[in-house]
Amino acid sequence: MPQLDFATFVPQLAWLTIVFVVLYVLMSRIALPRIATVLEGRRERIAGDLDKAAQSKAQTDAAIAAYEKALAEARAKAHTIAQATRDKLASETEAKRVAIEAQLNEKIAKAEAAIKATKETALANVRTVAVDVAGAIVSQLLGEDADKAATERAVDAALKG
Amino acid sequence: MSAAEAVHGAAAAVHGAAPSGGLAIDPMHQFHISTIYPLHIGGFDVSFTNSAMWMVIVAAAISLLTIAGMGKRSLVPGRWQSVAELSYEFVSNMLRDNVGDAGKRFFPFVFTLFMFVLFCNMGGMLPYSFTVTSHIIVTFGLAMFIFLGVTVLGFAVHGLHFFHFFVPKGVPAALLPLLVVIEVISYLTRPISLSVRLFANMMAGHTMLKVFAGFVIAMGWAGGFLPLAFMVAFTGLEILVAFLQAYVFAILTCIYLNDALHMH
Repeated sequence: MPQLDFATFVPQLAWLTIVFVVLYVLMSRIALPRIATVLEGRRERIAGDLDKAAQSKAQTDAAIAAYEKALAEARAKAHTIAQATRDKLASETEAKRVAIEAQLNEKIAKAEAAIKATKETALANVRTVAVDVAGAIVSQLLGEDADKAATERAVDAALKG
Repeated sequence: MSAAEAVHGAAAAVHGAAPSGGLAIDPMHQFHISTIYPLHIGGFDVSFTNSAMWMVIVAAAISLLTIAGMGKRSLVPGRWQSVAELSYEFVSNMLRDNVGDAGKRFFPFVFTLFMFVLFCNMGGMLPYSFTVTSHIIVTFGLAMFIFLGVTVLGFAVHGLHFFHFFVPKGVPAALLPLLVVIEVISYLTRPISLSVRLFANMMAGHTMLKVFAGFVIAMGWAGGFLPLAFMVAFTGLEILVAFLQAYVFAILTCIYLNDALHMH
């Protein structure tokens, strides 16, 4: 069994010591601090990125809230403006309607007055025409001029009858 | 190392795969330590061996992964950087879960330990490679260092109060002497259990692989497919064991650290 060859013990232990000490120094002085730096850097970077992400999220949330608030305000304002406009237009329309109605009423009254006057004039002319016509008929029938006063009396009587 | 073994080692670059009579294979040959460059300093044999070479390869591979792999230091990691970061976080979580924040200063050690054992185990799965952790002296060396370090740490943190660690709470006084002896023995056997667990797993697994590889060759075209199919499945299991044993080694180290720092 080569493992129990005592002559090989000293060289093996000697080289084990040398190699292990050199390796220990290399690891503790160079390799491990280097790896630790990289790992620490990565951890910090990730934590920083997460912080940044959280900040960005908070900002986004705030922006969304502000936007929604502005939107609600704008909506309310638009509603008020629309209502005011609607009211204004309604009142204007009402005023115009009243004015036009008044004008129309006036015109109707004028027209009625004109009709009444025309009617009266017409009625007044009826007698004169009747007298003339009667006079003309009488003169045609009798062949002589009719007495104007008698014709008038006869027409009046006829008109009253 | 005998002359015959040396010849054998030189001839068989394929560990144990070269026929050498009998079963045509020596499943233990893969654990053979061969000297690449003989070296003696102050009366000590510190020859550069295949074991030492694989330790260096393992350390280089770990350094390549964790240093060169992190070269770009990208915010979004690439493949190599991902693996390096994954290893870091895996060990880091293991340490935090088992020891808590007090264990942070031992993180470089636990990381180095885990990666070293893991890469040694995994490297052993490569064909023609050598499994550093299949030698009891290597695992025992690591386990003993952990055991001594943790014990020193326990006394440094708690002073003599650390002896209370061996006295279980809420136990009848009559049983106490027995239990204290058991606790002390279980504490002292920690380095043995820790090292033997890793070494035995690695050695047994690799030996099994070699034995069955020998069957494939011995049974030839006619019957070799059955052991071959078993080998394929067993290689998968061995990769799992290679990871699992590294994990167990590291997590037990964490538990021992926790005992020393917090005393249960």
